Amino acid sequence: MDVKKIAQLANLTLIDNEEKLFAKQFEDTFLVVDQLKEIDTKDIVLTSQVTKLENVTRPDQVDSERILSQAEALANAKNTYKGFFVVKQVIDK
Amino acid sequence: MTKSIHDYTAIEILAEIKSRRLSVLDIAKHYLQRIQKYNPVLNAYLSINQNLLEEAQNADDQIQRGSDKPLLGLLIAVKDNFLTKGLPTTASSLVLKDYYPPFESTVTQKLLDAGAIIIGKTNMDAWAHGSSTETSQYGPTKNPHDLDRLPGGSSGGSAAVIAARLAPITIGSETAGSIRQPSAWCGVTGFKPSYGRVSRYGIISMASSTDQAGPITRDVADAALIMNIISGKDKYDATSLPSPVDDYLSLLNKKDLKGIKVGLVKEYLLAQMRPDVKELIHNASKKLVELGAIVEEVSLIDPKYAIGVYTVVQRSEVSSNLARFDGVRYGTDRSFFGPEAKRRIMLGTFTLSAGYYDAYYKKAQAVRTKIISEFDEIFKKYDVVIGAVSPGPAMKIGATLDQPMFGEMEDILTEPAAVAGLTSISIPCGFVDNLPIGLQITGSQLSESKVLSIAKVYQDATNFIKYPEHFNS
Repeated sequence: MDVKKIAQLANLTLIDNEEKLFAKQFEDTFLVVDQLKEIDTKDIVLTSQVTKLENVTRPDQVDSERILSQAEALANAKNTYKGFFVVKQVIDK
Repeated sequence: MTKSIHDYTAIEILAEIKSRRLSVLDIAKHYLQRIQKYNPVLNAYLSINQNLLEEAQNADDQIQRGSDKPLLGLLIAVKDNFLTKGLPTTASSLVLKDYYPPFESTVTQKLLDAGAIIIGKTNMDAWAHGSSTETSQYGPTKNPHDLDRLPGGSSGGSAAVIAARLAPITIGSETAGSIRQPSAWCGVTGFKPSYGRVSRYGIISMASSTDQAGPITRDVADAALIMNIISGKDKYDATSLPSPVDDYLSLLNKKDLKGIKVGLVKEYLLAQMRPDVKELIHNASKKLVELGAIVEEVSLIDPKYAIGVYTVVQRSEVSSNLARFDGVRYGTDRSFFGPEAKRRIMLGTFTLSAGYYDAYYKKAQAVRTKIISEFDEIFKKYDVVIGAVSPGPAMKIGATLDQPMFGEMEDILTEPAAVAGLTSISIPCGFVDNLPIGLQITGSQLSESKVLSIAKVYQDATNFIKYPEHFNS
């Protein structure tokens, strides 16, 4: 497992000896996870959720009870500009 | 000996409030004093509601006016991953150090609507990643039974609050043992509802397919009291179950266990488990027989496979859920994540990545199906299954250092029920080395009433609720 590449994909910065440390720890984790290979799962249906509920929908209408005001929505942002969130530039000038 | 305010269970103190023998304001002042005295030692609370006394006075006024809200004036401590409007919510992570939620979680909203007052927010493993409360970025909580030991986790703060009697009742959350395991280590009662029975709306998501809220309490009746309030379909959580909600409290009416069939899972009496812990589980089994139940040994898939399933499913869901924390709309940037969160996000990123998705994620989902079908078969013949909650008693502070799979290994006995979405309770069943041990009673999906009522009969017939004496005064 390419620890550096995974960190990049996850948008995380590794510090100190984390690259080496995590690599070893991931190996230990996979020793446990790889035991799953001992179980024959041919033709078994996958479980992604356990509720047996299907296609839970709601009308496509704005729920006014749940709307935050602009001030509320921005209240926790560290960096705002004229009522907008400020994000890092991701497209070249 | 006269009873102190902190000796009352939630049900008892509500009766005192209703009959006006105690005022909510006096109760609030009493608990605040205890928190000031003991929390610096325990680190169980991360924050206290600054308007507590005002809200207590307001509850007293409502009682004066004859209000009959079911939880009016009940002080409740809430795990810090529930969004609470006006109260800081950190999930014990530095990423959310200054976060004030703009809306209320459904669970806390229902409690507030019922008249409860939030006394404060409790410590936990950061993002609920762990089973020790040692990964909290605000320092570990200490176990009230032994201050050199961990309370378990991730709802360790909530369990410690009950053991030290720093609130009448608390709310925790569980993804795979995070209610049951700290309850076992702290010698209190912890109830995990079936997946979907309680709304997840406004709980900071960890693994969305197993996350569930539940009460950590003085006893089983208090757990039923809270379940009556927080259960049910929520239009804001599409995975909440529409099935009708029982009146859990009034269904706690069993006098004995005649006609109840209990499976004692032999694979859960682990080879590495201490013999004295096994003995306590066998004693509990004998007690259930004495009370009228039929107990038979049953066999389930080795719980070590549940660790693998849980690890892959949980890491995968974590990597997706924690992607939203980018410091733009709230919180800090991602450099504030602790090592445990980083490891989990990265492992999940890997198991969901192209080329590994089939080998890990799909494999885990297939084994998950197998675990569920085994439980389905067992519950055709048995009402509940029992076993230990944790392989041993509370471990020493520092036990998690350099143990990236600590939580998973500790939760080996709680993970199978979690990945299957079952309901389960942890109740005290004895002591080893003066440290509490928990018995878990697990039932099929939506068998909350059955699990609670069986646990109540056992709890009434035993005497294992012991609060550490150094928090008596």
